[in-house]
Amino acid sequence: MNSDKILKNVLFTASLLILLISGGMILALVRGSMLSFHQFGWDFITSSKWDPTQGREQYGALLFICGTLFTSILALVIALPMAFSTSLFVAEYFNNTRMASIVSTLVDLLAGIPSIIYGLWGFYILRPFIVSIGLSPQGYGIFTSGLILAIMIIPYATSLSSATIKMVPNELKEAAYSLGATRLEVIWNVILPNARSGIAASYILAFGRALGETLAVTMLIGNANIIPTGLFSTGNSMASVIANQFGEANGLQLSSLIEIGLLLFVITTLINAVGKFIIKKMA
Amino acid sequence: MELANNFTANNRTLLMQDHSVRRKVKDRVFLGAVIFFALITISFVFLIIGSCVLKGYHQINWAFFTQSAPDTFTAMMAKSSGQVIPGGIVNGITGSLYLVGLASLIAIPFGVLIGIYLYENSKKRYAGVIRDITDVLQGVPSIVVGLIVYLWVVVNVTHGYSVLAGSVALSLMMLPLIIRSTEESMKMIPDTLKEAAIALGTPYYKVIFRVLIPTSFSGLMTGILLAVSRILGETAPLMLTTLGNPAINWNVVKPVSAVPLLVWQFYNDPNMVDLIWSSTLFLMGFVLILNLLAKWIAARRNA
Repeated sequence: MNSDKILKNVLFTASLLILLISGGMILALVRGSMLSFHQFGWDFITSSKWDPTQGREQYGALLFICGTLFTSILALVIALPMAFSTSLFVAEYFNNTRMASIVSTLVDLLAGIPSIIYGLWGFYILRPFIVSIGLSPQGYGIFTSGLILAIMIIPYATSLSSATIKMVPNELKEAAYSLGATRLEVIWNVILPNARSGIAASYILAFGRALGETLAVTMLIGNANIIPTGLFSTGNSMASVIANQFGEANGLQLSSLIEIGLLLFVITTLINAVGKFIIKKMA
Repeated sequence: MELANNFTANNRTLLMQDHSVRRKVKDRVFLGAVIFFALITISFVFLIIGSCVLKGYHQINWAFFTQSAPDTFTAMMAKSSGQVIPGGIVNGITGSLYLVGLASLIAIPFGVLIGIYLYENSKKRYAGVIRDITDVLQGVPSIVVGLIVYLWVVVNVTHGYSVLAGSVALSLMMLPLIIRSTEESMKMIPDTLKEAAIALGTPYYKVIFRVLIPTSFSGLMTGILLAVSRILGETAPLMLTTLGNPAINWNVVKPVSAVPLLVWQFYNDPNMVDLIWSSTLFLMGFVLILNLLAKWIAARRNA
């Protein structure tokens, strides 16, 4: 066998690793959650009772699913104007200027800061601030974690949006300008219609990020096992409950935590697949 | 009649003027809003970095880099007598280097190989599937990666929390990033360069090692540095795989500490509050410097 053939086989074998990893991931999660699934069946998703007391163990994931969705949706709503403005700033108003490269470097740094540092900053700086302006007595809850998540996902939403905004052909913009359109009208009538699928995909992918964030949320959501009732209500999220209870869990509780992990895996994968699908169709 | 016509015409120009003023004002207001929100966004960078520096710098001293983390009691005594908490995070620093080093050893070779495979077979359906799965892997939440590696390695291989489990978890997070950056940076190589080498009768493995990898080296480096800077700060998967260790450990099947794990541990211990910020400062400084270095390499390549 000549060296080219060997190389081809080596590369192909390496690519099999990806299949192996993904298969192994699904298998491990499914096998790990079997115990819980046999016990609770589909009720696991619709029940919000989480009681680890020995003898009357009862687990349901609804309240965690709600907590994860509420914080992530809030994060998306808060991040939307920020990311949209920043991407217009970088890719349209100040495109190719020094100013734009400084701003985009700073936004990228925001993406580089580890999750636990966001959590600490939220806990020691943001939470006392929220208490001091009287929004909530303790400062924990959906709002605080949503706000921190928003800051965390802004860079993800911004970078892809700016890339698509930059791709809008100059001829189209110039045609609109030559008809006397203002900058805002060009953005609204030319850039947005052309870049909307990329912008939408960037928010969907950012949303997927927010769903899986763990420690920043764990430190701020309040870790109360209730379905959140309002913006300043405490709650718990899927990733947080795994992080908090994993250490002392075994048996049925461990299996239920793994099932929550499986659900989180499925939800984030679906969201990401939708985002990537939109990008693919665009290209 | 003429008068009436005149009147409407005048009125129309007036209206149009009014309209164009409104359009201009709207345009200005929108620009103002864009700048305002963009400034808010970047202000968070300064707020976060600033508070870490201000709160953390006074704990950074020699011992911080040479001693292991103190126990709660020592920290409490130091705190109650108003002194700087003794000890440092050397167990975390060595642990982080160990974990990240081992993870890179696993992820970089495989990542580069798979990246080259995707580059070479970019049109094949199978390669498309591998690419899509890689994207999915990149989106898996870090805590879920932790759970999976717990089930794989902690339960089945090392029968306890271990360096190995932690590095496998981190390498799973690195792998997709490296695959994609390898493929992207190879795509930028002009085909003529490759063809010239092949025309000389060079065996393909030599083309890879002598042409493809050297030409795309700065791109590969950027990808690797970004991947390392991302996993350096990962905490959640380590909580489920290596747990932490109060002492320095080099045994691959035993638990080890890491800087982000220590930050989490300090956060949960009211006596250690002062150490949180210095560890955070150290971690953030390290991560951001790697980030900027990666950016710098990428920018130099494009220039």
